[in-house]
Amino acid sequence: MWLTNSSIGRKVVMSVSGLFLVLFLTFHMCMNLALVFSPEAYNAICGFLGARWYTLALTAVLAAGFFVHIIYAFWLTYQNRKARGNDRYAVNVRQKDVEWSSKNMLVLGIIVILFLVLHMAQFWYKMQLNELLHVDTTVNPHDGSYLVITTFQNPVMVALYVIWLAALWFHLTHGFWSAMQTIGINNAVWFNRWKVIGNVFTTIICLGFAFVAVALYIQYGIQGMDVPQMAH
Amino acid sequence: MSKLESKIPAGPLAEKWTNYKATQKLVNPANKRRLDVIVVGTGLAGGAAAATLGELGFNVINFCIQDSPRRAHSIAAQGGINAAKNYQNDGDSVYRLFYDTIKGGDYRAREANVYRLAEVSNNIIDQCVAQGVPFAREYGGLLDNRSFGGAQVSRTFYAKGQTGQQLLLGAYSSLMRQVNKGKVDLRTRYEMLDVVIVDGRARGVIMRNLVTGGIERFAAHAVVIATGGYGNVFFLSTNAMASNGSAAVQCYRKGAYFANPAYAQIHPTCIPVHGEFQSKLTLMSESLRNDGRIWVPKKKEDAEAIRAGKLKPTQIKEEDRDYYLERRYPAFGNLVPRDVASRAAKERCDAGYGVGTGLAVYLDFSDAIKRLGRAAVEARYGNLFQMYEKIVDDNPYETPMMIYPASHYTMGGIWVDYELQTTIPGLFAIGEANFSDHGANRLGASALMQGLADGYFVLPYTIQNYLSDQIQVPRFSTDLPEFAEAEKAVKARIDRLMAIKGKQSVDSLHKKLGRIMSDYVGMGRNKAGLEKALVEIEKIKKEFYSDLRIPGDAYSLNVELEKALRLEDFIEIGKLMAVDAMHREESCGGHFREEHQTEEGEAKRNDEQFMYVGCWEYKGDDQMPELHKEELNYEFVKVQQRNYKQ
Amino acid sequence: MEKTIDLTLKVWRQRDRKSKGQFETYNVKGISTDSSFLEMLDVLNEQLINEGKEPVVFDHDCREGICGMCSLYINGHPHGPDSAITTCQLHMRKFNNGDTITIEPWRSAGFPVIRDLMVDRTAYDQIIAAGGYTSINVGGAQDANAILIPKTDADEAMDSASCIGCGACVAACKNGSAMLFVSAKVSQLALLPQGRVEAARRARAMVAKMDELGFGNCTNTGACAAECPKSVSLSNIARLNREFIKAKFQE
Repeated sequence: MWLTNSSIGRKVVMSVSGLFLVLFLTFHMCMNLALVFSPEAYNAICGFLGARWYTLALTAVLAAGFFVHIIYAFWLTYQNRKARGNDRYAVNVRQKDVEWSSKNMLVLGIIVILFLVLHMAQFWYKMQLNELLHVDTTVNPHDGSYLVITTFQNPVMVALYVIWLAALWFHLTHGFWSAMQTIGINNAVWFNRWKVIGNVFTTIICLGFAFVAVALYIQYGIQGMDVPQMAH
Repeated sequence: MSKLESKIPAGPLAEKWTNYKATQKLVNPANKRRLDVIVVGTGLAGGAAAATLGELGFNVINFCIQDSPRRAHSIAAQGGINAAKNYQNDGDSVYRLFYDTIKGGDYRAREANVYRLAEVSNNIIDQCVAQGVPFAREYGGLLDNRSFGGAQVSRTFYAKGQTGQQLLLGAYSSLMRQVNKGKVDLRTRYEMLDVVIVDGRARGVIMRNLVTGGIERFAAHAVVIATGGYGNVFFLSTNAMASNGSAAVQCYRKGAYFANPAYAQIHPTCIPVHGEFQSKLTLMSESLRNDGRIWVPKKKEDAEAIRAGKLKPTQIKEEDRDYYLERRYPAFGNLVPRDVASRAAKERCDAGYGVGTGLAVYLDFSDAIKRLGRAAVEARYGNLFQMYEKIVDDNPYETPMMIYPASHYTMGGIWVDYELQTTIPGLFAIGEANFSDHGANRLGASALMQGLADGYFVLPYTIQNYLSDQIQVPRFSTDLPEFAEAEKAVKARIDRLMAIKGKQSVDSLHKKLGRIMSDYVGMGRNKAGLEKALVEIEKIKKEFYSDLRIPGDAYSLNVELEKALRLEDFIEIGKLMAVDAMHREESCGGHFREEHQTEEGEAKRNDEQFMYVGCWEYKGDDQMPELHKEELNYEFVKVQQRNYKQ
Repeated sequence: MEKTIDLTLKVWRQRDRKSKGQFETYNVKGISTDSSFLEMLDVLNEQLINEGKEPVVFDHDCREGICGMCSLYINGHPHGPDSAITTCQLHMRKFNNGDTITIEPWRSAGFPVIRDLMVDRTAYDQIIAAGGYTSINVGGAQDANAILIPKTDADEAMDSASCIGCGACVAACKNGSAMLFVSAKVSQLALLPQGRVEAARRARAMVAKMDELGFGNCTNTGACAAECPKSVSLSNIARLNREFIKAKFQE
């Protein structure tokens, strides 16, 4: 199977799974924006998604996407290190025109995963999983807005998420055009176009996420607005 | 003189090759599988021959001195390859290409060979295009041509300034296809140290594995030498560092005749020498002479001021410039053949008009830039200009380039007959390694043509005429006493060199040899100088055997030993060149005897006495070689004094 | 007028493929800034020979930037700090008096060290042997002008074909990937009608051989193109990906 036993095939898997995850991030960011303007609307979306069969199916696909992307990342990195040989260069210089992120995709990816674990524990565990299996009865799984807002009342959390988003930004700015290059829809003319499109798109996503975190902190952490809570 | 049978087929010139092919003996496919051929060298000639013989079905063992066949020095040819396609409708024809080549070679080449070369030139272009060689094209999609020295038509096909590279990569890809099929056994980083003769026929080679240092034997039904020229005898030349004349010398020592060793081409447009540590000279393509104008200051005081750094070339007024080629040769101007352009540059510099270090002339593009615009000049020569700037740190768009002649190509080489077979049966020589097609001077863009013609279209036919009566001969064992003896001799030679343990490095001795060669056996030669050269070469030989230092082990990777073995052979070639130059009491092409020139300083041939190929037979280490003559009969062209003035 | 400089050289010395290598430090004096980097190494070697030591082994041949034989990883750059040139075209005017220069061989599993700075690049030949050609024998070609080829295609093919097979792309790549080399050949032939015929087969065969020989996976860092002495473009890699994916879907 060429998607596993050829180098280009493996990279195609990385690219397609990566682009799929970008799609998910886009959707997630749009949904979050609702929270800043209307916690009720946000909860309504959560309710629509919740632990329905179609959402669970999509969650499984999403998890598979993450899983494949991460496994392939380690696999490719292992092969690449082996291809480099045993002796390392004594002098290493980053060439001009070479993005820093492109040489550190695995490190950036690992940062993203570590935060992802935190993120899942904070939200997914208490919302979708909770709704499904009632793992934490102190939290109302249907009141996503309360959970999110109370989390971002804490400035430390806001800072952590901004750091995470920065890593994500670096990861995606390279990942986006790199995916286009790998699946072959690139050439001398589109080279810079894809880079610009990727940078703009990535910046919108990351700023979108950061905007929600910061806005919630300002609204509820600094201005002290009442946190709306759903009745049990 | 039965040995020098040229085997030129009978009949009218234009039908000789056709007749030959129609009547030659062939080998049937089943028998081809039983025949082995050794090809030494992977340049345009060797690579093309190995690939083609493989395609035909022979078993080929192909040796390469570099780490890959793609690096053979054919790769460095810049300008282009000639062919008589007449795509430009400017009056070209097979006959005209033939005639220009004979005339360019100063009537010292064999008519039949040159005509065949012109004939197959068209097939070469077809073949290369089919291989995917990206020749330059016009907007309409047809192939583009440019003009080159010594011709009044545009017949040169080119791929940017990297034609040699692209043609070689074409031959290399064909070769690798045969390697993949198992028809060619490719051995890289091997150098030939001897040819093995069994019962009077070439039956194998002794090779040195350059990685392990091991001496290895290889046997075959025929041996093809495609090892290029010996221009590095001058130490400084445009040849690659590993280019050498050793294979040719080994054949010579085993009885093959060495033809016209004195015919060496000094290329007019090279970047001048900058200093003592210089290791090689860089060629700037002859194509630059299409648009560049060559000049030196008219006034000696201007030249002196430039040399002292007080004046810049751009400060010299138009009327104070001497465009000496345009002045002397109005019909061809800056596009005179290489030997003429080189000598003219030397003449001006010797007279005190040189610029730079005194050994340089200007190649100026300001007119071309004015006429065509900088962009057009850049499109044509951009990569050459960039290369010049990297090496010299001068911008040729703003200030004229400086150039000076340098050793570039050797027309002389192993003597071969019409079938490209040497005087040793079963031993063939192709490409620059043989002497055949360029006479006393080679025209630009003809070396690529000859290498590929020999490799793709000539040798694969003619070698069958020899191999057809070898089909009964079983595969050879390398255990034959002849192989053991040859190997023993090679080892003795290596051990001798290793045992000297003197003080001087190979390069320092090679530089000394080079200086003698350029001073006395270079662009201008005379009797006294050549006599002196012979004495000096003998001295260097003594120094070599008494004071050479080779560090490291004999039978391991040892670059200094490689160079020492080559230098030993260069000393032999140097001597041969001087002997040949001395005996040839005339000036022709690349061989200019100062005693023999017209009042205007042009080369003066002596057709009465020297209309022959000078072939030298080896007579022992300390003996003078013996001269044999192959008379040249011009049946089809009228021999006349070369004239590029009108 | 001539300027000279003194330098300290840290040179990788390694006896053979299996031996452990290490850096040796040498001093060279009075190097003309007009000389090339390899001429500077010639001076070092002359010095070593005169001291009775073994000279540093390095690959070089044409010394005019076209054969692709010279290698050397100089101060963290394949072919040294100047752009768009090979080591043999690098000139000492790019360095300053008193500089320390670190010279390493290409380091990649695909290019084992033979001795000192000389590496084995026969893997590249094997990749070409797998399919880097048009399958035509001598003799059968039609007239060279029989097929019209748009100038832009011919020019682009020429740009791809200018690869000299030196291995700098693999040396520069943190993944030891040979994609730029392979893609240059695949592109050249895919762009021309003569090579188009077997484009799919070629892409499959060459990539399979590249993978088999242990070169790494391309992660599009672009270091290869940034260090390529012939400025071969990354767009070739996109074309190779396209050709390969297309070929696989055709299977």
